[in-house]
Amino acid sequence: MKIKITVNGELFNKHVPNDMMLLDFLRKYGFHSVKRGCDTSNCGLCTVWVEGKPVLSCSYPAVRADGKSVTTLEGLRPQAEEFGRFLVAQGAEQCGYCSPGFIMTVLAMEQELEDPTEEEILRYLSGNLCRCSGYTGQMRAIRAWLQHRKEQKGGEQA
Amino acid sequence: MYTIKSYVFPQSLEEAYELLTKSPRNNLILGGCCWLKMGSRRIQTAIDLTRLGLDEIRAADGWVEIGANVSLRRLETDPILKRRFGGILGKSVSSIVGVQFRNCATVGGSVFSRFGFSDVTCALLALEATVVLHHAGELPLADFMALPIRCDDILVKVRIPDDGRTAAYESMRRSSTDFPLLAAAVSRRGDAWTVSVGARPAMACRSQAAERALEAGQGAAAAGDAAAAELTFGSNLRGSAAYRQELARVLVRRAAETCMEGGNGQ
Amino acid sequence: MKWVNEAIPKTDGLSLVTGQGVYTDDLAPKDCLIVKVLRSPHAFARIKSIRTERAARVAGIACVLTWEDVPRIRYTLAGQSYPEPSPYDRYILDQVVRYVGDPVAIVAGRDEAAVNKALGMIQVKYEVLDPVLDFEQALDNPTVIHGEADYHNNFPIGGDPKRNLVASGCEGEGDVEAALAQCDVVLDRTYYTQANAQAMMETFHTYTYLDQTGRLNVVSSTQVPFHCRRIISHALGLPQSAVRVLKPRIGGGFGAKQTLVSELFPALVTQRTGRPAKIVFTRKEAFQGSNSHHQMRVRVRVGAMQDGTIKAVDMHALSNAGAYGEHASTTVGLVGHKSIPLYAKNAAFRFSYDVVYTNTMAAGAYRGYGATQGCFAMESIINELAVELAMDPAQLRLHNIPQEGDNMPAYYNEPLSSSRLPQCIRRGMKMIGWDKKYPAVRVDERHVRGVGMAITMQGSGISAIDTATVTIKLNDAGHYTLMIGATDMGTGCDTILAQIAAEVLGCPMERITVAAVDTDHSPFDTGSYASSTTYVTGKAVVMACTELVEKITAEGARRLGIHPERAEFDGDMVYDRTDPEKSFSLNSLAEALVVGEGTQWLTATASNCSPTSPPPLMAGFAEVEVDLETGEAKVTDYVGVVDCGTVVNKNLARVQTEGGIAQGIGMALYEDVQYDSRGQMVNSSFMQYKIPCRTDLPQLRVAFEESYEPNGPFGAKSIGEVVINTPSPAIAQAIYNAAGVRVRSLPITAEKILLGRSETT
Repeated sequence: MKIKITVNGELFNKHVPNDMMLLDFLRKYGFHSVKRGCDTSNCGLCTVWVEGKPVLSCSYPAVRADGKSVTTLEGLRPQAEEFGRFLVAQGAEQCGYCSPGFIMTVLAMEQELEDPTEEEILRYLSGNLCRCSGYTGQMRAIRAWLQHRKEQKGGEQA
Repeated sequence: MYTIKSYVFPQSLEEAYELLTKSPRNNLILGGCCWLKMGSRRIQTAIDLTRLGLDEIRAADGWVEIGANVSLRRLETDPILKRRFGGILGKSVSSIVGVQFRNCATVGGSVFSRFGFSDVTCALLALEATVVLHHAGELPLADFMALPIRCDDILVKVRIPDDGRTAAYESMRRSSTDFPLLAAAVSRRGDAWTVSVGARPAMACRSQAAERALEAGQGAAAAGDAAAAELTFGSNLRGSAAYRQELARVLVRRAAETCMEGGNGQ
Repeated sequence: MKWVNEAIPKTDGLSLVTGQGVYTDDLAPKDCLIVKVLRSPHAFARIKSIRTERAARVAGIACVLTWEDVPRIRYTLAGQSYPEPSPYDRYILDQVVRYVGDPVAIVAGRDEAAVNKALGMIQVKYEVLDPVLDFEQALDNPTVIHGEADYHNNFPIGGDPKRNLVASGCEGEGDVEAALAQCDVVLDRTYYTQANAQAMMETFHTYTYLDQTGRLNVVSSTQVPFHCRRIISHALGLPQSAVRVLKPRIGGGFGAKQTLVSELFPALVTQRTGRPAKIVFTRKEAFQGSNSHHQMRVRVRVGAMQDGTIKAVDMHALSNAGAYGEHASTTVGLVGHKSIPLYAKNAAFRFSYDVVYTNTMAAGAYRGYGATQGCFAMESIINELAVELAMDPAQLRLHNIPQEGDNMPAYYNEPLSSSRLPQCIRRGMKMIGWDKKYPAVRVDERHVRGVGMAITMQGSGISAIDTATVTIKLNDAGHYTLMIGATDMGTGCDTILAQIAAEVLGCPMERITVAAVDTDHSPFDTGSYASSTTYVTGKAVVMACTELVEKITAEGARRLGIHPERAEFDGDMVYDRTDPEKSFSLNSLAEALVVGEGTQWLTATASNCSPTSPPPLMAGFAEVEVDLETGEAKVTDYVGVVDCGTVVNKNLARVQTEGGIAQGIGMALYEDVQYDSRGQMVNSSFMQYKIPCRTDLPQLRVAFEESYEPNGPFGAKSIGEVVINTPSPAIAQAIYNAAGVRVRSLPITAEKILLGRSETT
């Protein structure tokens, strides 16, 4: 089927197989940040945004994304770098394979939840598996980054 | 490895229904698609309902209506549902995998598939929900679940009597985002009680013995015992029948206790 | 120190967090053949016939290979130093299939759809044989899993394939039975640990191509590039010179990639077709067609005097190798070698083992490598002994453990050259609040929080076997290239080794580039496993960089026209110690060294092999809340205090520890590879095999008690594996203290706790 998908602001007018999932579409067109970690929709590595909402691209039919706007980590380079520096400062990116999907969800969380508690952060991110870090270093990075964002916003308001 | 030959966005439910019934064995209504790729179906026509506006939640005329394409995540965030039924619809799904999964998975997909482990089905059962099918019309969820699974009709929405009932939901999971090992939902409207138990691991079902115990004022513990005695339980990877029976006793009791105190979220 | 013992960010960190395409599958050529494997649906069968004609005719199919097409060369997939102590019991494809998932055919084609179609068209007729699935029934079973005539061991490992025995052995010191007879208290317990999946986020990925000289190039997500090169060339019947292995960034390994799980399939396809080929394992394949942790039954007898002095330890391990013997004889050794030495100071001890074949997936290497299983058994019985003696388990340990400088008879008689284990125990007690919380605190009517502890040791490399070579080159702008063969798999060893180099060279980190492993260019290294990289390769970095500093100093002296003894190099300048004004900057020296007369490109190469394997040590403390009505157990706090010698990188050591503890908690409570009665793995997905997610874990708390290991680089030992061992026994004891139920088989599920409680009451 012929579809039009906007990825990171760029329009892709493509013929795709009807049974292609968005993950395969994105990787095919060079969005290598999008990773596959499982076959059962359980790991969160393939998380991208469709219309600003985090979804599993492994389970989202590419055709369903026709006419929609998709965001991958490549489209959020400044934000990824900003949060990424906090993650790297903890050494918590480790192998890095789950980092893109994880960061997509963290950035979505920041937009969706206001001043989240630790419990809310954990629950929002529970669908992003990581086998290296034990998650604790990721939490340190998130707290430090949220604090930094708060100070930035405070600065803007003042 | 599944395949899809043609992929259609129907413009109306009628069109979708016509497409589906042309070949119910080969054509398929798509839900959230979270598990589509795990199957090996050769789908002739995949019918995508996402352009039919079935993603709304409405409260009107004494009913709350939830469109089939409402995502599980919406159940957690929607203000209408947060304020009603002790918020158990949101609570019931909040442990399912993760936010990005629940942004995909839909109420229709979950209810229509009649999965034994479905949290939302267990909760809806206790709220005495009905389902509206495009062709067959409206029928109680419990009746729908008792029917053999046929793929020749379309689930349009789920309706819940908006009768001010309180409710509570309890589940036990082997790990926090796993399927439930057992789930229990209890609702109360005045002296009328509804008890459902899910993931037995068979489909969720009501426990009338537990409901009678509560209506007779025998207390939450008696209701738990009654559910454990009345229902049948099975074994699977996650737990044995004997363990599920014990869990039913505890979780039904706890949910009933919570209801007595005003329900979840009170 | 300027770089060592600091929290330096990983040098590849920013590219990873911005999602750059740096992993195997990102780098593979777009037009390469897609390779997939048809796998056996039977646990044990002989292929009677296999028809591939129809499959081969599918449009786009390049080749279909069966057992009839592969070299008749037995080999092992274990990435170990040659001669490997693992039996040569594999062909790439065999006529006999020995577990559900064993490869039957290899199909390569232009895209996934074509390959999938072809896979479905291969017709296989099997003679289904009786499998052995229960490892306790395997020895001397009428079913013999490896009856092949060309079964081969490089040297005796105590195996007898006719008995389904891969390996066996017995060692010890003193008269254990006599010692037990004299003890006030003797406990005899049997513990079970399950098979666990390493479950790294990137599955097994490899692509292969022929280069301009026709050599086979293998790009793979591997921990062992040099072993890969050797094993691939052996299995394909090629000279080693015809194979090159490259390792890009790796999405985790944890030991799984110390075995050549995916490499040979595309390699064979490329060899046969001349075309680039790629294989990417599905998660299901990664679960059921790779390797796992060894399932074990460990029986321990321990004898002690009333004062807590342990006088005898007797341990027997039965280990399940699965269908093939990779890492079988070595993993089981660690069960005893890393657990008994902590209690054998004054004791007679014996350690015996049997490793058996079954028709389940082959086991392999997983972080901890047997030590984890041994730790669960040994530490659990020590906890039980403490109850028996009415002693605090921490005190019981402090009373028995060897002190720094002590000889360890049960650890190859190596001396404990560095240890702050007693400090680890005391600090952990303080951090968890042991004095207030032991054994348990009631939270409310239905919840009780119990605490439990365990200690552990691992090694630092395999003594007298693991080797690392490092080359450091001074480039013409005064910057350095550090050439290593150790494989960063996300752990950060590229950064750690650069820190060590910067420390010796006295330069900023930015001046050092660490080259990714390429067997054509990198110096030989056995690879990243056995907790060897920081200790073994790190020491080689110190040696090579020290030599380069000497060369720079000498060359500078020559150009300054002074005696080398008078010259000093401070990282930026070579100068005359007696007249510091007289100097030569490194930049100008480096430039001058590659131009004209007297050209001398400075490099230094050093190899290191450690005669000993100094143990890192750790004390772990768990607080677990048990719901007495449902049996649900949740770890509410976990404290790990580690002595890994000098901490080279504070962040990376901390995250290693947190990550290891998380995996250990997974083993303790959730993870469990299971098979049905036909030998089909039933939880080969993240849907059914639950690794901990972040809502399953507390915020882990880690501290370091740094000893100084005289044989390590800047006093460092290892950290990668020791961190996974303590959770199972510590959590088991915490649950016992909370709920009164002793669960001796992992994982400790809520069901075992609740049904155990109803049995005890």
